[in-house]
Amino acid sequence: MHARADAPQEQAASQASAQASAQADSWPEEIFSILQRFDVRQVPYVPDAGHSELINRVLGSSTMRGVPLTTEEEGVALLAGAWAGGQRGVLLMQSSGVGNCINMLSLTQIFRFPFLTLVTMRGEWGEFNPWQVPMGSSTQAVLELSGIRVLRASHPQEVREVVEAGAMQAYNACTPTAVLLSQRLIGSKVFVK
Amino acid sequence: MSKVNLLDRRAVVSGLLANRKDAIVVGGLGASTYDMAAAGDHDRNFYLWGAMGGAVMIGLGVALAQPNLPVVVITGDGEMLMGMGSLATVGLQKPANLTIVVLDNESYGETGGQVSHTAATADLVGVARACGISDTRAMTTMAEVEAFAPALQDVASGPRFASVKIDGANLERVLSSRDANYIVNRIRGALGFQPI
Repeated sequence: MHARADAPQEQAASQASAQASAQADSWPEEIFSILQRFDVRQVPYVPDAGHSELINRVLGSSTMRGVPLTTEEEGVALLAGAWAGGQRGVLLMQSSGVGNCINMLSLTQIFRFPFLTLVTMRGEWGEFNPWQVPMGSSTQAVLELSGIRVLRASHPQEVREVVEAGAMQAYNACTPTAVLLSQRLIGSKVFVK
Repeated sequence: MSKVNLLDRRAVVSGLLANRKDAIVVGGLGASTYDMAAAGDHDRNFYLWGAMGGAVMIGLGVALAQPNLPVVVITGDGEMLMGMGSLATVGLQKPANLTIVVLDNESYGETGGQVSHTAATADLVGVARACGISDTRAMTTMAEVEAFAPALQDVASGPRFASVKIDGANLERVLSSRDANYIVNRIRGALGFQPI
């Protein structure tokens, strides 16, 4: 009954949503540009769906080396070695991976090296899988207890600004920093159709 | 205490590093770091006093950043067991300038000599090979160690993995600096990098 009358509005809404989604799709690209600008060379990661676009950009890059890990703590150690060898890096992981890093995060304090990690969040916004909730709930506190400064981006339009601030303080001030990319930003993983 | 025919760890490390040239050497926490210090302090020595399970990954980070320099990781069996996944990561990256040497006394010497998995079942050389590191070896004599030492300088055909069975003697600790910031900045300085 509303079909004809609402059609134009629906089209407009769908166009707006496509535009929003195009904008939303651009934040991994914005992160990639920031990493390039800061001369990031080593990019260790444990895959996460929220990082998939950025990981693809890194793997296709001629200046960055993507390094798949078996567990996230490997990435902390890798970046300490990279710094000794004169290169900057960034660790890409999901919130559950932060728990795997705890002891190795000691390196960020005792070496005072420019540690930056970008953490895609699970278990905090419309989560379907209860197994993600405990670690997702403690991610920020675990990082802070480990001496890492935590910044957060929850909306596509703030990602560039927040990641840039994180990169500046990590690389310019050797202040170990994590940027949490909210589940609200990434979207809840869909398990059922 | 020492079994016959097992090698002396200090002799092994001194033999490997006698002609190290520009190599950057990472030592796993505990006795491996003391062995490196005993062989002689060096501004390219990356002593670890913690980060158990991280020695190979630290070596990989240096090796990827400095592909023209030899990078050597010297660590113990317990430390290597904790970071076994890193052998899969190295196998994938195939850094041609990285050599990993495990000093295997089949025990956790620093904590009272409790036996490790390599005493009975775990075969680290087999693990390394199965992870894609094709140049692997188990060494049991000083002649083999001395013949292997020049390979550490080769930055074109790694990664290499070697396990050396050593005796379980608890030697006097030779303490290196334990100030991580000093250690890393000394290496960076030797490579020509300035402090921030």
